[in-house]
Amino acid sequence: MQFGVFTVGDVTQDPTNGRVPSDAERVKAMMAIALKAEEVGLDVFALGEHHNPPFVPSSPTTMLGWVAAKTTKLQLSTATTLITTNDPVKIAEDYAMLQHLADGRVDLMLGRGNTGPVYPWFGQDIRQGVALAVENYALLRRLWREDVVDWEGQFRTPLQGFTATPRPLDGVPPFVWHGSIRTPEIAQQAAYYGDGFFANHIFWPKEHTQKMVGLYRRLFEHYGHGSADQAIVGLGGQVFMRKNSQDAKNEFRPYFDNAPVYGHGPSLEDFSEQTPLTVGSPQEVIDRTLSFREYVGDYQRQLFLVDHAGLPLKTVLEQLDILGEEVVPVLRKEFAIGRPAHVPDAPTHESLKEKAKVDA
Amino acid sequence: MTRSIVAISAGLSQPSSTRLLADRLTAAVAKKLDADVRTFELRDVAHDITDNLLTGFPSPALKTLIDAVERADGLVAVSPIFNASYNGLFKSFFDVLGDDVLRDKPVLLGATGGTARHSLALEHALRPMFAYLHAVVAPTAVFAATEDWAAGGNNALPGRIERAGAELAALVAAREPVEVKDPFDLSPSFEDLLGGQGRAVTNDLRL
Repeated sequence: MQFGVFTVGDVTQDPTNGRVPSDAERVKAMMAIALKAEEVGLDVFALGEHHNPPFVPSSPTTMLGWVAAKTTKLQLSTATTLITTNDPVKIAEDYAMLQHLADGRVDLMLGRGNTGPVYPWFGQDIRQGVALAVENYALLRRLWREDVVDWEGQFRTPLQGFTATPRPLDGVPPFVWHGSIRTPEIAQQAAYYGDGFFANHIFWPKEHTQKMVGLYRRLFEHYGHGSADQAIVGLGGQVFMRKNSQDAKNEFRPYFDNAPVYGHGPSLEDFSEQTPLTVGSPQEVIDRTLSFREYVGDYQRQLFLVDHAGLPLKTVLEQLDILGEEVVPVLRKEFAIGRPAHVPDAPTHESLKEKAKVDA
Repeated sequence: MTRSIVAISAGLSQPSSTRLLADRLTAAVAKKLDADVRTFELRDVAHDITDNLLTGFPSPALKTLIDAVERADGLVAVSPIFNASYNGLFKSFFDVLGDDVLRDKPVLLGATGGTARHSLALEHALRPMFAYLHAVVAPTAVFAATEDWAAGGNNALPGRIERAGAELAALVAAREPVEVKDPFDLSPSFEDLLGGQGRAVTNDLRL
Protein backbone atom coordinates (compact mmCIF):
# COMPACT_ATOMS: atom_id res chain seq x y z
CA MET A 1 0.00 0.00 0.00
CA GLN A 2 1.20 3.50 -0.85
CA PHE A 3 1.16 6.47 1.50
CA GLY A 4 1.78 10.05 0.59
CA VAL A 5 0.68 13.65 0.66
CA PHE A 6 -1.29 15.79 -1.73
CA THR A 7 -1.40 19.55 -1.89
CA VAL A 8 -3.77 22.01 -3.51
CA GLY A 9 -1.18 24.78 -3.36
CA ASP A 10 -3.36 27.45 -1.79
CA VAL A 11 -1.80 30.76 -0.81
CA THR A 12 -3.66 31.45 2.42
CA GLN A 13 -3.06 33.94 5.19
CA ASP A 14 -1.77 32.43 8.41
CA PRO A 15 -4.66 33.39 10.72
CA THR A 16 -2.43 33.35 13.79
CA ASN A 17 -0.12 36.15 12.61
CA GLY A 18 -1.71 37.59 9.47
CA ARG A 19 1.20 36.58 7.28
CA VAL A 20 0.54 35.78 3.61
CA PRO A 21 3.29 33.93 1.75
CA SER A 22 4.30 35.24 -1.66
CA ASP A 23 3.69 33.03 -4.69
CA ALA A 24 7.44 32.40 -4.78
CA GLU A 25 7.47 31.23 -1.16
CA ARG A 26 4.48 28.97 -1.67
CA VAL A 27 5.94 27.34 -4.77
CA LYS A 28 9.23 26.69 -2.95
CA ALA A 29 7.35 25.45 0.12
CA MET A 30 5.50 22.90 -2.02
CA MET A 31 8.81 21.69 -3.39
CA ALA A 32 10.28 21.45 0.12
CA ILE A 33 7.27 19.36 1.14
CA ALA A 34 7.86 17.02 -1.81
CA LEU A 35 11.52 16.50 -0.91
CA LYS A 36 10.60 15.99 2.74
CA ALA A 37 8.03 13.37 1.71
CA GLU A 38 10.80 11.29 0.16
CA GLU A 39 13.15 11.94 3.07
CA VAL A 40 10.68 10.63 5.67
CA GLY A 41 9.88 7.54 3.62
CA LEU A 42 6.51 8.41 2.10
CA ASP A 43 5.73 6.91 -1.30
CA VAL A 44 3.73 9.54 -3.17
CA PHE A 45 3.66 13.30 -3.69
CA ALA A 46 0.70 14.71 -5.61
CA LEU A 47 -0.24 18.28 -6.43
CA GLY A 48 -3.31 20.03 -7.72
CA GLU A 49 -3.77 22.16 -10.81
CA HIS A 50 -5.40 25.55 -10.59
CA HIS A 51 -5.72 28.57 -12.82
CA ASN A 52 -6.89 31.17 -10.36
CA PRO A 53 -5.64 32.80 -7.18
CA PRO A 54 -5.24 31.97 -4.34
CA PHE A 55 -3.65 28.85 -5.86
CA VAL A 56 -0.18 28.70 -7.41
CA PRO A 57 0.23 25.33 -9.16
CA SER A 58 -0.90 26.10 -12.71
CA SER A 59 1.86 24.00 -14.24
CA PRO A 60 2.08 20.63 -12.45
CA THR A 61 4.53 18.91 -14.78
CA THR A 62 7.04 21.77 -14.42
CA MET A 63 6.95 21.36 -10.66
CA LEU A 64 6.98 17.57 -10.78
CA GLY A 65 9.88 17.65 -13.27
CA TRP A 66 11.87 19.61 -10.68
CA VAL A 67 10.93 17.12 -7.98
CA ALA A 68 11.86 14.23 -10.27
CA ALA A 69 15.39 15.58 -10.64
CA LYS A 70 15.85 15.90 -6.87
CA THR A 71 14.40 12.54 -5.79
CA THR A 72 14.99 8.89 -6.55
CA LYS A 73 12.11 6.90 -5.08
CA LEU A 74 9.12 9.20 -4.75
CA GLN A 75 6.11 8.47 -6.97
CA LEU A 76 4.93 11.72 -8.59
CA SER A 77 1.25 12.30 -9.14
CA THR A 78 -1.44 14.94 -9.42
CA ALA A 79 -4.59 15.79 -7.52
CA THR A 80 -6.01 16.56 -9.97
CA THR A 81 -5.03 17.15 -13.60
CA LEU A 82 -7.89 18.93 -15.33
CA ILE A 83 -9.22 16.62 -18.03
CA THR A 84 -11.99 19.05 -18.96
CA THR A 85 -10.17 22.29 -19.71
CA ASN A 86 -6.73 21.02 -20.72
CA ASP A 87 -6.17 19.88 -24.24
CA PRO A 88 -5.78 16.08 -24.02
CA VAL A 89 -3.00 16.33 -26.59
CA LYS A 90 -0.99 18.52 -24.22
CA ILE A 91 -1.68 16.18 -21.29
CA ALA A 92 -0.45 13.22 -23.37
CA GLU A 93 2.76 15.05 -24.22
CA ASP A 94 3.48 16.67 -20.85
CA TYR A 95 3.05 13.50 -18.81
CA ALA A 96 4.91 11.29 -21.26
CA MET A 97 7.78 13.79 -21.04
CA LEU A 98 7.61 13.68 -17.26
CA GLN A 99 7.70 9.87 -17.36
CA HIS A 100 11.03 9.97 -19.18
CA LEU A 101 12.53 12.57 -16.84
CA ALA A 102 11.34 10.67 -13.74
CA ASP A 103 12.30 7.22 -15.03
CA GLY A 104 8.69 6.12 -14.85
CA ARG A 105 7.87 7.37 -11.33
CA VAL A 106 4.74 9.07 -12.64
CA ASP A 107 1.01 8.56 -12.54
CA LEU A 108 -1.75 11.10 -12.67
CA MET A 109 -5.20 11.70 -11.31
CA LEU A 110 -7.77 13.21 -13.61
CA GLY A 111 -10.49 15.50 -12.33
CA ARG A 112 -13.02 17.90 -13.77
CA GLY A 113 -12.17 21.01 -11.78
CA ASN A 114 -14.70 22.91 -9.71
CA THR A 115 -13.91 26.52 -10.47
CA GLY A 116 -16.74 27.81 -12.66
CA PRO A 117 -14.90 30.52 -14.62
CA VAL A 118 -11.96 28.23 -15.54
CA TYR A 119 -14.20 26.53 -18.08
CA PRO A 120 -15.01 29.67 -20.11
CA TRP A 121 -11.45 30.99 -19.64
CA PHE A 122 -10.26 27.86 -21.40
CA GLY A 123 -13.03 27.98 -23.98
CA GLN A 124 -15.27 25.30 -22.47
CA ASP A 125 -18.76 25.01 -20.97
CA ILE A 126 -19.08 23.65 -17.41
CA ARG A 127 -22.43 22.07 -18.26
CA GLN A 128 -20.46 19.76 -20.55
CA GLY A 129 -18.11 18.79 -17.69
CA VAL A 130 -18.89 15.07 -17.72
CA ALA A 131 -18.97 14.87 -21.53
CA LEU A 132 -15.59 16.67 -21.70
CA ALA A 133 -14.06 14.28 -19.18
CA VAL A 134 -15.34 11.29 -21.14
CA GLU A 135 -14.32 12.44 -24.62
CA ASN A 136 -10.98 13.99 -23.66
CA TYR A 137 -9.91 10.92 -21.76
CA ALA A 138 -10.90 8.60 -24.60
CA LEU A 139 -8.61 10.65 -26.85
CA LEU A 140 -5.80 10.79 -24.24
CA ARG A 141 -5.76 6.99 -24.03
CA ARG A 142 -5.44 6.64 -27.78
CA LEU A 143 -2.66 9.23 -27.98
CA TRP A 144 -0.59 7.17 -25.53
CA ARG A 145 -1.44 3.79 -27.03
CA GLU A 146 -1.49 4.40 -30.78
CA ASP A 147 1.52 5.83 -32.59
CA VAL A 148 -0.57 7.54 -35.25
CA VAL A 149 -4.02 8.87 -34.35
CA ASP A 150 -6.85 9.93 -36.63
CA TRP A 151 -9.56 11.40 -34.45
CA GLU A 152 -12.67 13.50 -34.54
CA GLY A 153 -14.84 14.50 -31.59
CA GLN A 154 -17.23 17.10 -30.26
CA PHE A 155 -14.88 19.40 -28.39
CA ARG A 156 -11.50 19.73 -30.09
CA THR A 157 -10.05 20.23 -33.55
CA PRO A 158 -9.89 16.90 -35.41
CA LEU A 159 -6.53 15.14 -35.71
CA GLN A 160 -5.28 13.46 -38.86
CA GLY A 161 -2.04 11.49 -38.74
CA PHE A 162 -1.04 12.90 -35.36
CA THR A 163 1.71 11.40 -33.19
CA ALA A 164 2.08 12.62 -29.60
CA THR A 165 5.74 12.83 -28.60
CA PRO A 166 7.66 11.64 -26.74
CA ARG A 167 6.11 8.20 -26.85
CA PRO A 168 5.40 6.81 -23.35
CA LEU A 169 8.42 5.34 -21.56
CA ASP A 170 8.91 1.67 -22.54
CA GLY A 171 5.63 1.91 -24.46
CA VAL A 172 3.75 1.93 -21.13
CA PRO A 173 1.40 4.88 -20.49
CA PRO A 174 1.30 6.35 -16.98
CA PHE A 175 -1.29 4.79 -14.69
CA VAL A 176 -4.41 6.94 -14.41
CA TRP A 177 -6.64 7.55 -11.41
CA HIS A 178 -9.98 9.27 -11.80
CA GLY A 179 -10.91 11.57 -8.96
CA SER A 180 -14.37 12.75 -8.08
CA ILE A 181 -16.22 13.83 -4.99
CA ARG A 182 -19.77 13.18 -6.05
CA THR A 183 -20.17 12.29 -9.70
CA PRO A 184 -21.08 8.61 -10.18
CA GLU A 185 -20.26 8.81 -13.90
CA ILE A 186 -16.57 9.33 -13.03
CA ALA A 187 -16.52 6.19 -10.87
CA GLN A 188 -18.15 4.46 -13.84
CA GLN A 189 -15.47 5.80 -16.19
CA ALA A 190 -12.66 4.55 -13.94
CA ALA A 191 -14.29 1.12 -13.73
CA TYR A 192 -14.93 0.93 -17.48
CA TYR A 193 -11.23 1.26 -18.25
CA GLY A 194 -9.95 -0.65 -15.23
CA ASP A 195 -8.20 2.54 -14.06
CA GLY A 196 -7.87 3.65 -10.45
CA PHE A 197 -10.55 5.58 -8.59
CA PHE A 198 -9.61 8.19 -6.03
CA ALA A 199 -12.21 9.43 -3.58
CA ASN A 200 -11.44 12.92 -2.27
CA HIS A 201 -12.76 11.79 1.12
CA ILE A 202 -12.02 15.17 2.71
CA PHE A 203 -15.01 17.34 2.20
CA TRP A 204 -17.88 14.89 2.47
CA PRO A 205 -19.12 12.27 4.95
CA LYS A 206 -17.75 8.75 4.78
CA GLU A 207 -21.14 7.33 3.79
CA HIS A 208 -20.76 9.18 0.52
CA THR A 209 -17.23 7.87 -0.12
CA GLN A 210 -18.48 4.38 0.66
CA LYS A 211 -21.19 4.65 -2.00
CA MET A 212 -18.83 6.03 -4.65
CA VAL A 213 -16.17 3.39 -4.02
CA GLY A 214 -18.83 0.66 -3.83
CA LEU A 215 -20.17 1.69 -7.23
CA TYR A 216 -16.65 1.74 -8.70
CA ARG A 217 -15.81 -1.70 -7.32
CA ARG A 218 -19.08 -3.22 -8.55
CA LEU A 219 -18.60 -1.82 -12.06
CA PHE A 220 -14.89 -2.74 -12.13
CA GLU A 221 -15.98 -6.35 -11.81
CA HIS A 222 -18.89 -5.84 -14.23
CA TYR A 223 -16.50 -4.59 -16.92
CA GLY A 224 -14.29 -7.65 -16.46
CA HIS A 225 -11.13 -6.25 -14.92
CA GLY A 226 -11.12 -8.60 -11.95
CA SER A 227 -13.12 -9.08 -8.80
CA ALA A 228 -14.55 -6.05 -7.00
CA ASP A 229 -11.94 -6.30 -4.25
CA GLN A 230 -9.17 -6.08 -6.85
CA ALA A 231 -10.20 -2.63 -8.03
CA ILE A 232 -7.61 0.12 -7.45
CA VAL A 233 -8.83 2.55 -4.80
CA GLY A 234 -7.20 5.67 -3.42
CA LEU A 235 -8.44 7.86 -0.59
CA GLY A 236 -7.70 11.34 0.60
CA GLY A 237 -7.50 12.24 4.23
CA GLN A 238 -6.80 15.28 6.32
CA VAL A 239 -4.82 15.22 9.54
CA PHE A 240 -3.09 17.44 12.05
CA MET A 241 -1.08 15.87 14.82
CA ARG A 242 0.72 16.70 18.03
CA LYS A 243 1.95 14.39 20.74
CA ASN A 244 -0.99 15.40 22.92
CA SER A 245 -4.39 15.39 21.33
CA GLN A 246 -5.54 18.63 22.95
CA ASP A 247 -2.39 20.46 21.78
CA ALA A 248 -3.18 19.41 18.22
CA LYS A 249 -6.73 20.76 18.49
CA ASN A 250 -5.64 24.03 20.06
CA GLU A 251 -2.96 24.66 17.46
CA PHE A 252 -5.04 23.64 14.44
CA ARG A 253 -8.31 25.32 15.45
CA PRO A 254 -7.57 28.83 14.10
CA TYR A 255 -6.47 27.31 10.78
CA PHE A 256 -9.62 25.20 10.66
CA ASP A 257 -11.91 28.06 11.61
CA ASN A 258 -10.53 30.28 8.86
CA ALA A 259 -9.79 27.63 6.24
CA PRO A 260 -10.90 27.99 2.65
CA VAL A 261 -13.89 25.76 1.79
CA TYR A 262 -15.25 24.95 5.26
CA GLY A 263 -13.98 27.81 7.43
CA HIS A 264 -16.58 29.83 9.35
CA GLY A 265 -18.95 26.89 8.96
CA PRO A 266 -19.16 23.83 11.17
CA SER A 267 -17.04 23.50 14.32
CA LEU A 268 -13.81 21.51 14.26
CA GLU A 269 -15.57 18.90 16.39
CA ASP A 270 -18.62 18.62 14.12
CA PHE A 271 -16.50 18.47 10.97
CA SER A 272 -14.22 15.84 12.53
CA GLU A 273 -17.28 13.75 13.30
CA GLN A 274 -18.95 14.24 9.92
CA THR A 275 -15.85 13.86 7.69
CA PRO A 276 -12.57 11.91 7.97
CA LEU A 277 -10.68 14.99 9.29
CA THR A 278 -8.60 13.85 12.26
CA VAL A 279 -6.92 16.33 14.58
CA GLY A 280 -5.22 14.70 17.52
CA SER A 281 -2.41 12.39 18.55
CA PRO A 282 -0.53 10.16 16.08
CA GLN A 283 -2.35 7.18 17.61
CA GLU A 284 -5.72 8.80 16.91
CA VAL A 285 -4.70 9.34 13.29
CA ILE A 286 -3.58 5.72 13.05
CA ASP A 287 -6.86 4.44 14.49
CA ARG A 288 -9.01 6.64 12.27
CA THR A 289 -7.06 5.82 9.12
CA LEU A 290 -7.25 2.09 9.82
CA SER A 291 -11.03 2.46 10.06
CA PHE A 292 -11.21 3.63 6.42
CA ARG A 293 -10.91 0.11 5.07
CA GLU A 294 -13.95 -0.92 7.07
CA TYR A 295 -16.09 0.99 4.58
CA VAL A 296 -14.06 0.98 1.34
CA GLY A 297 -12.33 -2.41 1.64
CA ASP A 298 -8.58 -3.05 1.28
CA TYR A 299 -7.23 -0.20 -0.81
CA GLN A 300 -4.07 0.86 -2.55
CA ARG A 301 -3.23 4.49 -1.87
CA GLN A 302 -3.71 6.87 1.05
CA LEU A 303 -2.86 10.53 0.53
CA PHE A 304 -2.97 13.07 3.35
CA LEU A 305 -3.58 16.78 3.03
CA VAL A 306 -1.27 18.50 5.53
CA ASP A 307 -0.28 21.87 4.10
CA HIS A 308 -3.33 24.03 3.50
CA ALA A 309 -5.20 26.83 5.28
CA GLY A 310 -2.11 28.95 5.89
CA LEU A 311 -0.13 26.45 7.99
CA PRO A 312 3.51 27.58 8.02
CA LEU A 313 6.07 25.40 6.22
CA LYS A 314 7.89 24.58 9.45
CA THR A 315 4.71 23.13 10.93
CA VAL A 316 3.96 21.17 7.77
CA LEU A 317 7.45 19.64 7.77
CA GLU A 318 6.91 18.61 11.41
CA GLN A 319 3.68 16.93 10.35
CA LEU A 320 5.60 15.02 7.68
CA ASP A 321 8.15 13.92 10.29
CA ILE A 322 5.36 12.56 12.48
CA LEU A 323 3.73 10.82 9.50
CA GLY A 324 7.02 9.26 8.43
CA GLU A 325 8.29 8.28 11.86
CA GLU A 326 5.23 7.38 13.88
CA VAL A 327 2.17 6.94 11.69
CA VAL A 328 2.95 5.39 8.31
CA PRO A 329 5.19 2.56 9.62
CA VAL A 330 2.33 1.42 11.84
CA LEU A 331 -0.22 1.82 9.05
CA ARG A 332 1.93 -0.27 6.69
CA LYS A 333 2.09 -3.06 9.24
CA GLU A 334 -1.54 -2.94 10.27
CA PHE A 335 -2.98 -2.61 6.75
CA ALA A 336 -0.98 -5.68 5.69
CA ILE A 337 -2.70 -7.80 8.32
CA GLY A 338 -5.64 -9.67 6.88
CA ARG A 339 -5.12 -8.25 3.40
CA PRO A 340 -5.95 -11.04 0.91
CA ALA A 341 -3.09 -12.04 -1.39
CA HIS A 342 -5.19 -11.43 -4.51
CA VAL A 343 -5.66 -7.72 -3.67
CA PRO A 344 -3.09 -5.95 -5.85
CA ASP A 345 -0.80 -3.07 -4.95
CA ALA A 346 -1.15 0.25 -6.75
CA PRO A 347 0.28 -0.14 -10.26
CA THR A 348 3.74 1.31 -10.89
CA HIS A 349 5.69 1.72 -14.08
CA GLU A 350 7.59 -1.49 -13.32
CA SER A 351 4.45 -3.51 -12.63
CA LEU A 352 2.73 -2.17 -15.74
CA LYS A 353 5.80 -2.95 -17.85
CA GLU A 354 5.79 -6.48 -16.50
CA LYS A 355 2.08 -6.84 -17.22
CA ALA A 356 2.53 -5.54 -20.79
CA LYS A 357 5.21 -8.19 -21.32
CA VAL A 358 2.93 -10.95 -20.03
CA ASP A 359 -0.04 -9.70 -22.09
CA ALA A 360 2.12 -9.63 -25.21
CA MET B 1 -53.03 4.23 0.97
CA THR B 2 -51.26 6.53 3.45
CA ARG B 3 -49.49 9.41 1.74
CA SER B 4 -46.55 11.30 3.14
CA ILE B 5 -46.94 15.02 3.82
CA VAL B 6 -44.04 17.11 5.07
CA ALA B 7 -44.43 20.64 6.41
CA ILE B 8 -41.60 23.13 6.64
CA SER B 9 -41.95 26.16 8.89
CA ALA B 10 -39.40 28.96 8.70
CA GLY B 11 -40.74 30.84 11.72
CA LEU B 12 -37.98 32.22 13.89
CA SER B 13 -39.72 32.75 17.22
CA GLN B 14 -40.92 30.06 19.57
CA PRO B 15 -43.82 29.70 19.78
CA SER B 16 -44.31 30.79 16.22
CA SER B 17 -47.47 31.82 14.40
CA THR B 18 -45.82 30.48 11.22
CA ARG B 19 -45.68 27.05 12.83
CA LEU B 20 -49.28 27.50 13.96
CA LEU B 21 -50.33 28.15 10.37
CA ALA B 22 -48.31 25.14 9.14
CA ASP B 23 -50.12 22.94 11.68
CA ARG B 24 -53.52 24.24 10.61
CA LEU B 25 -52.67 23.65 6.95
CA THR B 26 -51.47 20.07 7.49
CA ALA B 27 -54.57 19.34 9.56
CA ALA B 28 -56.69 20.55 6.64
CA VAL B 29 -54.77 18.29 4.24
CA ALA B 30 -55.16 15.32 6.58
CA LYS B 31 -58.93 15.83 6.65
CA LYS B 32 -59.10 15.05 2.94
CA LEU B 33 -56.34 12.49 2.65
CA ASP B 34 -55.02 9.51 4.58
CA ALA B 35 -51.78 11.29 5.42
CA ASP B 36 -48.69 10.70 7.50
CA VAL B 37 -47.69 14.23 8.45
CA ARG B 38 -44.22 15.31 9.61
CA THR B 39 -43.54 18.93 10.46
CA PHE B 40 -40.09 20.49 10.73
CA GLU B 41 -39.02 23.89 11.99
CA LEU B 42 -36.03 25.22 10.09
CA ARG B 43 -34.98 27.08 13.22
CA ASP B 44 -33.85 23.73 14.64
CA VAL B 45 -31.37 23.28 11.80
CA ALA B 46 -30.53 26.93 11.11
CA HIS B 47 -26.81 26.44 11.81
CA ASP B 48 -26.77 23.21 9.82
CA ILE B 49 -28.28 25.01 6.82
CA THR B 50 -25.54 27.66 6.93
CA ASP B 51 -22.90 24.95 7.30
CA ASN B 52 -24.32 23.14 4.29
CA LEU B 53 -24.17 26.35 2.24
CA LEU B 54 -20.46 26.56 3.12
CA THR B 55 -19.37 22.91 3.02
CA GLY B 56 -21.70 21.52 0.39
CA PHE B 57 -23.01 18.62 2.46
CA PRO B 58 -25.76 18.36 5.09
CA SER B 59 -25.26 17.42 8.73
CA PRO B 60 -27.06 14.23 9.83
CA ALA B 61 -29.96 16.29 11.27
CA LEU B 62 -30.39 18.33 8.11
CA LYS B 63 -30.04 15.23 5.95
CA THR B 64 -33.01 13.70 7.77
CA LEU B 65 -35.07 16.73 6.84
CA ILE B 66 -33.86 16.86 3.22
CA ASP B 67 -34.55 13.15 2.78
CA ALA B 68 -38.05 13.61 4.24
CA VAL B 69 -38.80 16.39 1.74
CA GLU B 70 -37.43 14.30 -1.10
CA ARG B 71 -39.66 11.36 -0.20
CA ALA B 72 -42.76 13.43 0.57
CA ASP B 73 -45.80 13.10 -1.67
CA GLY B 74 -46.78 16.65 -0.77
CA LEU B 75 -45.07 19.61 0.85
CA VAL B 76 -46.49 22.42 2.97
CA ALA B 77 -44.04 25.35 2.99
CA VAL B 78 -44.67 28.28 5.31
CA SER B 79 -42.52 31.35 5.84
CA PRO B 80 -42.87 34.63 7.65
CA ILE B 81 -42.72 37.56 5.24
CA PHE B 82 -39.63 39.72 5.72
CA ASN B 83 -38.95 42.72 3.48
CA ALA B 84 -41.66 41.76 0.99
CA SER B 85 -40.44 38.17 0.58
CA TYR B 86 -39.74 34.81 2.32
CA ASN B 87 -37.16 35.07 5.05
CA GLY B 88 -33.52 34.16 4.48
CA LEU B 89 -33.74 30.89 6.38
CA PHE B 90 -36.58 29.68 4.16
CA LYS B 91 -34.66 30.57 1.00
CA SER B 92 -31.42 29.02 2.29
CA PHE B 93 -33.15 25.72 2.95
CA PHE B 94 -34.42 25.51 -0.61
CA ASP B 95 -30.95 26.53 -1.80
CA VAL B 96 -29.39 23.43 -0.24
CA LEU B 97 -32.11 21.09 -1.46
CA GLY B 98 -30.81 19.08 -4.42
CA ASP B 99 -31.72 19.73 -8.04
CA ASP B 100 -35.07 18.33 -9.08
CA VAL B 101 -36.21 17.42 -5.56
CA LEU B 102 -39.39 19.47 -5.99
CA ARG B 103 -40.03 18.57 -9.61
CA ASP B 104 -43.73 17.68 -10.00
CA LYS B 105 -44.17 17.70 -6.22
CA PRO B 106 -47.47 19.22 -4.97
CA VAL B 107 -46.74 22.19 -2.70
CA LEU B 108 -49.04 24.26 -0.54
CA LEU B 109 -47.73 27.72 0.30
CA GLY B 110 -48.42 29.68 3.43
CA ALA B 111 -47.05 32.87 4.94
CA THR B 112 -47.47 35.02 7.98
CA GLY B 113 -46.99 38.72 8.61
CA GLY B 114 -47.94 41.58 10.82
CA THR B 115 -50.60 43.00 8.52
CA ALA B 116 -52.49 41.89 5.42
CA ARG B 117 -50.51 44.42 3.35
CA HIS B 118 -47.80 41.71 2.99
CA SER B 119 -50.14 39.04 1.65
CA LEU B 120 -49.25 39.29 -2.04
CA ALA B 121 -45.64 38.34 -1.26
CA LEU B 122 -47.03 34.80 -1.53
CA GLU B 123 -47.88 35.45 -5.18
CA HIS B 124 -44.91 37.52 -6.28
CA ALA B 125 -42.11 35.96 -4.18
CA LEU B 126 -42.93 32.43 -3.01
CA ARG B 127 -44.91 31.21 -6.00
CA PRO B 128 -42.30 32.18 -8.62
CA MET B 129 -39.53 30.40 -6.71
CA PHE B 130 -41.54 27.20 -6.58
CA ALA B 131 -42.48 27.59 -10.23
CA TYR B 132 -38.76 27.84 -10.99
CA LEU B 133 -38.18 24.62 -9.03
CA HIS B 134 -40.89 22.92 -11.15
CA ALA B 135 -43.13 22.24 -8.16
CA VAL B 136 -46.89 21.95 -8.65
CA VAL B 137 -48.21 24.74 -6.48
CA ALA B 138 -51.77 24.63 -5.17
CA PRO B 139 -53.86 27.55 -6.53
CA THR B 140 -54.75 28.79 -3.06
CA ALA B 141 -51.88 30.08 -0.96
CA VAL B 142 -52.76 31.10 2.59
CA PHE B 143 -51.63 34.29 4.25
CA ALA B 144 -52.29 34.82 7.94
CA ALA B 145 -51.89 38.34 9.28
CA THR B 146 -51.89 38.87 13.02
CA GLU B 147 -55.48 40.11 12.85
CA ASP B 148 -56.60 36.95 10.98
CA TRP B 149 -56.18 34.89 14.13
CA ALA B 150 -59.18 36.77 15.57
CA ALA B 151 -61.29 37.46 12.48
CA GLY B 152 -64.59 35.83 11.46
CA GLY B 153 -66.83 36.26 8.44
CA ASN B 154 -67.07 34.82 4.94
CA ASN B 155 -63.47 34.88 3.84
CA ALA B 156 -61.97 34.18 7.24
CA LEU B 157 -58.70 32.25 7.72
CA PRO B 158 -60.32 28.83 8.52
CA GLY B 159 -62.15 28.80 5.20
CA ARG B 160 -59.00 29.65 3.24
CA ILE B 161 -57.07 26.95 5.10
CA GLU B 162 -59.77 24.33 4.34
CA ARG B 163 -59.80 25.24 0.65
CA ALA B 164 -55.99 25.19 0.35
CA GLY B 165 -55.72 21.90 2.25
CA ALA B 166 -58.29 20.26 -0.03
CA GLU B 167 -56.42 21.49 -3.10
CA LEU B 168 -53.12 19.98 -1.94
CA ALA B 169 -54.86 16.72 -0.99
CA ALA B 170 -56.37 16.51 -4.48
CA LEU B 171 -53.01 17.17 -6.17
CA VAL B 172 -51.34 14.47 -4.06
CA ALA B 173 -54.16 11.96 -4.61
CA ALA B 174 -53.87 12.44 -8.37
CA ARG B 175 -50.22 11.37 -8.38
CA GLU B 176 -48.32 8.13 -7.82
CA PRO B 177 -46.37 7.90 -4.56
CA VAL B 178 -42.91 9.41 -4.86
CA GLU B 179 -40.09 7.03 -5.68
CA VAL B 180 -36.62 8.36 -4.92
CA LYS B 181 -34.08 7.53 -7.59
CA ASP B 182 -30.70 6.29 -6.42
CA PRO B 183 -27.99 8.41 -8.09
CA PHE B 184 -25.68 5.40 -7.91
CA ASP B 185 -28.09 3.39 -10.03
CA LEU B 186 -26.46 4.46 -13.25
CA SER B 187 -28.09 4.94 -16.57
CA PRO B 188 -27.09 5.51 -19.29
CA SER B 189 -24.35 2.94 -19.85
CA PHE B 190 -20.76 4.08 -20.30
CA GLU B 191 -21.01 3.29 -24.01
CA ASP B 192 -23.83 5.86 -24.16
CA LEU B 193 -21.60 8.37 -22.37
CA LEU B 194 -18.86 7.73 -24.91
CA GLY B 195 -21.43 8.38 -27.61
CA GLY B 196 -22.17 11.80 -26.14
CA GLN B 197 -25.34 10.84 -24.26
CA GLY B 198 -24.27 12.11 -20.84
CA ARG B 199 -26.36 14.40 -18.67
CA ALA B 200 -25.70 18.10 -18.72
CA VAL B 201 -24.46 19.18 -15.32
CA THR B 202 -25.76 22.50 -14.13
CA ASN B 203 -25.43 24.32 -10.85
CA ASP B 204 -23.00 21.65 -9.79
CA LEU B 205 -19.69 23.30 -9.05
CA ARG B 206 -18.83 20.93 -6.24
CA LEU B 207 -17.57 17.79 -7.84
